[in-house]
Amino acid sequence: MRWALGARTALKRVPLDMLTACFDRRSGMTHLLAAPAPELLAALAAGPADIALLLARMGIADADAEERAGLEAHLAALEAAGLVVRA
Amino acid sequence: MRHVFSVRVGPAGFRVGSDWRAPVAALEALYAGYPKAGIADFTVRLEAARPWRRWIRPSVTIAGDYMLPDAVPLALRHGLLAAEMGMNLQMALGARRWLLLHAASLERDGRALILTGASGSGKSTLAALLGDRGWRLMGDEFALIDLANGVLHPFPRPVSLKNAAIALFDAARLGPLLAATPKGDIRHLRPNADAIARMAEPAAPALILFPRFGHAAAERPVAPSEVFVRLTQASTNYVALGEAGFDALTRLVTTLPARAIDYPDADSAVALVERLWAAA
Amino acid sequence: MSAALLVRALRDPASVTGLSADAWAGLIAAARAEQLAGTLAERLHGLPLPDAAARIMADARFAAGEGRRAALWEAEAARRALAGLGVPVILLKGTAYAAAGLDAAQGRTIGDLDILVPRAATGRVEAALLAAGWEWMKPDPYDDAYYRRWMHELPPLIHHARDRMIDVHHTILPPTARPVPDADALVAGARPIGEGLHMLSGEDMVIHAAAHLIADGDLSGGLRNLWDIDRLVRAFDDDAFWPRLAEHSRLHGLTDAVARALRLAERLYATPVAPALAGRWRASDTLFARRLLARDGWGRPVRPLTRLAFYGRSHWLRMPPALLARHLWTKWRRRG
Repeated sequence: MRWALGARTALKRVPLDMLTACFDRRSGMTHLLAAPAPELLAALAAGPADIALLLARMGIADADAEERAGLEAHLAALEAAGLVVRA
Repeated sequence: MRHVFSVRVGPAGFRVGSDWRAPVAALEALYAGYPKAGIADFTVRLEAARPWRRWIRPSVTIAGDYMLPDAVPLALRHGLLAAEMGMNLQMALGARRWLLLHAASLERDGRALILTGASGSGKSTLAALLGDRGWRLMGDEFALIDLANGVLHPFPRPVSLKNAAIALFDAARLGPLLAATPKGDIRHLRPNADAIARMAEPAAPALILFPRFGHAAAERPVAPSEVFVRLTQASTNYVALGEAGFDALTRLVTTLPARAIDYPDADSAVALVERLWAAA
Repeated sequence: MSAALLVRALRDPASVTGLSADAWAGLIAAARAEQLAGTLAERLHGLPLPDAAARIMADARFAAGEGRRAALWEAEAARRALAGLGVPVILLKGTAYAAAGLDAAQGRTIGDLDILVPRAATGRVEAALLAAGWEWMKPDPYDDAYYRRWMHELPPLIHHARDRMIDVHHTILPPTARPVPDADALVAGARPIGEGLHMLSGEDMVIHAAAHLIADGDLSGGLRNLWDIDRLVRAFDDDAFWPRLAEHSRLHGLTDAVARALRLAERLYATPVAPALAGRWRASDTLFARRLLARDGWGRPVRPLTRLAFYGRSHWLRMPPALLARHLWTKWRRRG
C-alpha cells in the first residue's frame, strides 16, 4: 500500500502543545493533529511512499508489526480527513 | 414594513422592521442614546407568519437576511426578545469581518478580558457585575476579534439577565420584564453611559477565562490546544472564515494566558477575576 | 421596492451612484434574499461606494470566495470516492462554473454539490459514496421510493463529517415531466475540466439552466439562475454556439424553455441573444418577469398570487395530474 499527500494539499501548521493546529488551504478545513500525524505528513512531502519507506524517512529503524499497523491506521484516518490519498 | 428601528452597536448597524409598533417602542427605549445605523449591515424582520397573526393571538416570526428554518415564533409580548434574538442571529450567521466568540468581554486600562462559556455558565451576569465595578463592558453575548490584528471590538448590546440575576441590578437600568419566555423570566440591562459612549474604542485582549457558576471556588490553567478546541466550539463563524479565522484563533491561543474558574457566587467570582487579572 | 433595483445594479453597476441609505439597505436585502450578494459585490468591485456599503460588499466577496473553496473541495472528495468506478463524474451548476473558471462563477453562492452520472451507474455510485462517508438524509421509505422511481436524482446524501450534501442526478428533469431530455446525449457531450472532473458542453449548460428555471421549478432563485444564463451566453457567444444551442434544445425538447429564458435574460440583464432563437416577447413573459421580480426592499417575497400560480405550476410540470394527486394523498395520509 503506497500513500501520497493529496494533490495541492497545502498545510499551514501552528504547534500548540501536544497537538498541532493545521489549516489546509485547499479544503479550507482545520485539523488538530497529534503525533505521529504531523511526522507522517512531513515524511510524505518527499513523494509517495509505503510504510517501509516512510519509516526510513522518519529515521525509525525498528518498528514491529503492531506499530506498522498503527501507522496504517493513522494514514487511513488522514485519508478520511482528505489529507492523503492512496497512490 | 410598517415600523422601523435603526441602531448601531460598536461596528455593526442593524435595521429592524416590525409589523407591530410595540417591539419598536421597546427597542427605542432600551437603546436610547445609541447611534443610528446609516446603511445597515444587517436587516431583521419581526413579522406575522400569516396576515391574521398580526391581530389574532399575535405571534412574532423572526426573519431577516439570515434565517433559521423551523424557527418557533414568539408571542407579541416577547417581541423585544424576538428582536434581540434576530440581531444575534444576523451576527452569528452573517458576520465575516471579525471572528465571533460566544463570550463576554470587558476592558480595563486598555486591555481586555474574555469570559467565554455557553449560555447558563453565568458569564452574562458576571460581565454585568464587573461592568459596574471598574470595568468597561464591551459586550456580553459576542466578542468580536479583529481578523487582521486580533484586537477586540466593543459590541455592547443590552445584557440579557435571567430569573434570579435580575434582582442584582437597579430597575432603572432594566428593560421591561419578559415573563415566562422559553428561557424563563428575562430583563435586559442597559450598559452604563461609559460603555455606550466608548463603543468605538477597541482593546487588546490579555486574558481568557472559562467561568463556571455554581461550584466551589477553583481555578486551573487551560492548555492552548484545549483553548483552541473550546473556542472553535464557542465560535459561530470560525469555519466560514477560512484561513483568516485560523490565523486569528491561533494568534489568540498562542499569545494569551487562559484559565478555567469555578465559583459559587458573584462576589467570589469577582474576587477570582481580579486576582487572575493582576497576575496576567 | 421590487428586485428591479437589484436587476438594474447587476446590468448597469454605475447606476448605484447616489443611492440613498434606505435604497442601499433595500438593494442589499434583496441581493441577499436572491443569493446574489456576492455577484452584486463582484459587479460593483472597483466603483466608489459609501464606506459602509463597500465593507458589506467586501464581506460578500469574501463569503463567496470561501464558499467556492468549500464547493470545489466537495467536488474533489466526490472525485476521490468515485475514482475507481470508470464512470464520468459530470459537475453541474455552480460547482461546474467554479471548477472550469467561468465568469458565471464570479461571486456566485454555491450550495450543494450536483453531479450527473449515467443512470445505469447510479447503483455503483451510490455504493461508493456510502462507503466513503456519505449517508442518507431522508430515511422515510415513501420519500425514498418516490425519489428513486420518479425523480431525476438519487435521494439526497450528506457527508457525515463535513455536513455537506451531494445530489446525484441521472438526467436534468424529472422523468415524469413533459420535456424528456436526452440524458445519454448530455453525458456523451460532456467535456473534461481537468483533474478527473467533467462538465456539460456549453450549450448543454445553458439548456440545463433554462430547464431548471422554466421547466422544473416555481422560479424561486430565478434571478440568480437567469444571471447564470447571462454569463454563460456571453462566455460562449461565438458563431458556432447559437446553431448548436438550437440543435441541442430541439434534441432535448426544451426549445420553448430556452427561448423564454433568453427573452427574460435579454429583458432583465440585456443579454446579447440570437433573435431567431429567442423569439418575440409575449404576454406570458410579463407574468414570468413579475414572478422573478417579486421581492421587496426588506428581502420579503411579495406578489403572493403570482407566486402561488407558479408554485402550482411547478408541481404540474413535474408530475402528471394523476401522479400528483396520488403523491399529495399519500403525503396527507402520512401526516395523520
